[in-house]
Amino acid sequence: MTTNEAFTIEAGRAERNYWIDLWRFRELLGFLAWRDIKVRYKQTVLGACWALIQPLVTLVVFTLVFGKMARMPSGNSPYPLLVLAGLLPWQLFSNSLSGASGSLFTNSHLISKVYFPRLLVPLSAVAVALVDFVIVLTLYFGMSVAYGYTPDWRVIVIPIYIFATLLASLGAGLWLAALTARYRDFRFVVPFIVQVGVFLSPVGFSTMNVPNWRIAYSINPVVGIIDGFRWCLLRADAPFYWPSQLIGMLMTITLLYSGIRYFRSTERRLADII
Amino acid sequence: MITVEGLGKRYVLAHEIRHDTVRDSLAQGARKLLRGWNRGGDPTSEEFWAIRDVSFTLNRGEVMGIIGRNGAGKSTLLKILSRITEPTVGRVHLRGRVASLLEVGTGFHPELTGRENVFLNGAILGMSRQEIRSKFDEIVEFAEVERFLDTPVKHYSSGMYVRLAFAVAAHLEPEILIVDEVLSVGDHAFQKKCIGKMESVSRTNGRTVLFVSHNLSAIRELCQTGVLLSGGTVVCQGPIGDVVSHYTGQMGRRSHYRCPPSFKGELERAAWFESVSLTDSAGASVESYPAGSAAWLEAGLFLRRDLVNAQIAARISTQDGVAVMTTANTDVTRRTSPILQGRHRMRALLPAWLAPGFYSVTIAIHEPRRHDHCTVNDAIQFEITPGQSPATALHDDRRGFVEPIIAWEPLPPN
Repeated sequence: MTTNEAFTIEAGRAERNYWIDLWRFRELLGFLAWRDIKVRYKQTVLGACWALIQPLVTLVVFTLVFGKMARMPSGNSPYPLLVLAGLLPWQLFSNSLSGASGSLFTNSHLISKVYFPRLLVPLSAVAVALVDFVIVLTLYFGMSVAYGYTPDWRVIVIPIYIFATLLASLGAGLWLAALTARYRDFRFVVPFIVQVGVFLSPVGFSTMNVPNWRIAYSINPVVGIIDGFRWCLLRADAPFYWPSQLIGMLMTITLLYSGIRYFRSTERRLADII
Repeated sequence: MITVEGLGKRYVLAHEIRHDTVRDSLAQGARKLLRGWNRGGDPTSEEFWAIRDVSFTLNRGEVMGIIGRNGAGKSTLLKILSRITEPTVGRVHLRGRVASLLEVGTGFHPELTGRENVFLNGAILGMSRQEIRSKFDEIVEFAEVERFLDTPVKHYSSGMYVRLAFAVAAHLEPEILIVDEVLSVGDHAFQKKCIGKMESVSRTNGRTVLFVSHNLSAIRELCQTGVLLSGGTVVCQGPIGDVVSHYTGQMGRRSHYRCPPSFKGELERAAWFESVSLTDSAGASVESYPAGSAAWLEAGLFLRRDLVNAQIAARISTQDGVAVMTTANTDVTRRTSPILQGRHRMRALLPAWLAPGFYSVTIAIHEPRRHDHCTVNDAIQFEITPGQSPATALHDDRRGFVEPIIAWEPLPPN
């Protein structure tokens, strides 16, 4: 439902009070996320364990491949913790990205039948990814205790990096969601991005292994985020590297801003093209 | 309350070439380049106005009916008013909270329970959690599904599903309610209940209602004023009685249906009927057949993609909109079967026992309880001529829509 005051529907005018509407519909955001979480593990035997199995298996494989076979250095921290500290934001980013990208398409029945700010759809996908993330985060803390390498005071900064991850994935997700609504090709692009992205991001190794390329590498916003996570979780072992952080932040903001712009421009015609 | 001024919506129909992939778009772009920009207009596309120059005013507390044939622009108009799609020209001024009900059970999730779906659906329709909670018991009571509240709705019968979905919608409290053809689902008794509910709502709360239906008696019962759309423009508006009679007069009889070109432009439409007609056993088109003999209902169908659980159903109703019977292609097999992408033709043998009179056929293709792909209301009309009806033998005055031949047996006195 919309405003209590008078309003006008007109071509191009669209939603002048879009952001107010978005706030009014905030409960729907919760409901959409709740629906997806609720439905996800229905009729599965292992249920929410699946949220742990995938990162655990990836963790074992990456530790073996990068740590044992390639013998990449990890400083003082145990290799599995280094990998998991990278895997955490990566999983959050990729789940949220692929969820958001496909969200308009999977909710097309809603979009063609009811009005609400469409931005809620990708936002709810991001919220769903956050829930899985929290499960894996508890796994990390469990493991850090087991390895006797619990995080120090720096861990309090972690909410900032979680937020940054959400923004970056939302930015890219908005682009891809709007593009997928127009061109179904992007349904095939997203899994590819996720597949390749895990190797293009420093998930299985530390960025200190790429000293010469570090600036260029930071154009991938996930690089700065993973660095940040490791700084928060791996005590003083992962030093703070300002240039990479700034570039990453700039990339995230650009991605988010342009993503919102593009999404909003597509949104007006969404019901006609989806 | 609602003022509509010169509203129009244009769709661009692309012929055959569809821009669903980047490659198509690139190919199209390249083709355009080769032809040169200045030729004007893209020869492979065509403009189509779904509605044009539509204007009307609706006062507070008024209930207005919108009628018209399929493809007349009713759905497009409602989509614009409910802000799902933008108009190309014109404007609408609205005052008050708007809730639109273009479909029963929008957003229902089959895996969630009845209780969960009430909350989800309520939120989608714009109710706050608080509002839903306070009306929850009332909704459940109205839907008569107390016992199954904690059962996933995928196990519901279609009747229960529709009842629950409508119950949620019936308890919305917007100032403006936009309703599209939701009463065509559900059984007769429940339809009556819904009409009663909607009526009481509009009378007591002074709610403005915009109502689209093919059920003319429901329209007449509920609405004070009406708008008749034809070919996207307003043909007639005013007191509902006048508009309905204008419509029935205009409707006349049509023995052959062809789909409006707008359907090809609606990319979300997965399937539609290209033609519907009545034929004799030789396949020739007819407008009537005598009681006691039979005719075929023939339909041409186009599917944009494969449909796994499709059902094709036809309803025969009297001219006043009273349903006489419904049949579906699943009647014999008792289950749905996949229908593949492309063109199809099928026919159904109509019964010999319809009483003489005028009838109307509504035909639909849908995936039961999931998606209604295409419903052509009153696609064709036909007449049953007296012929060999049992009544004609003795010229007796019979009532009823069916005249089955029933055997009577003498019994020994006891």
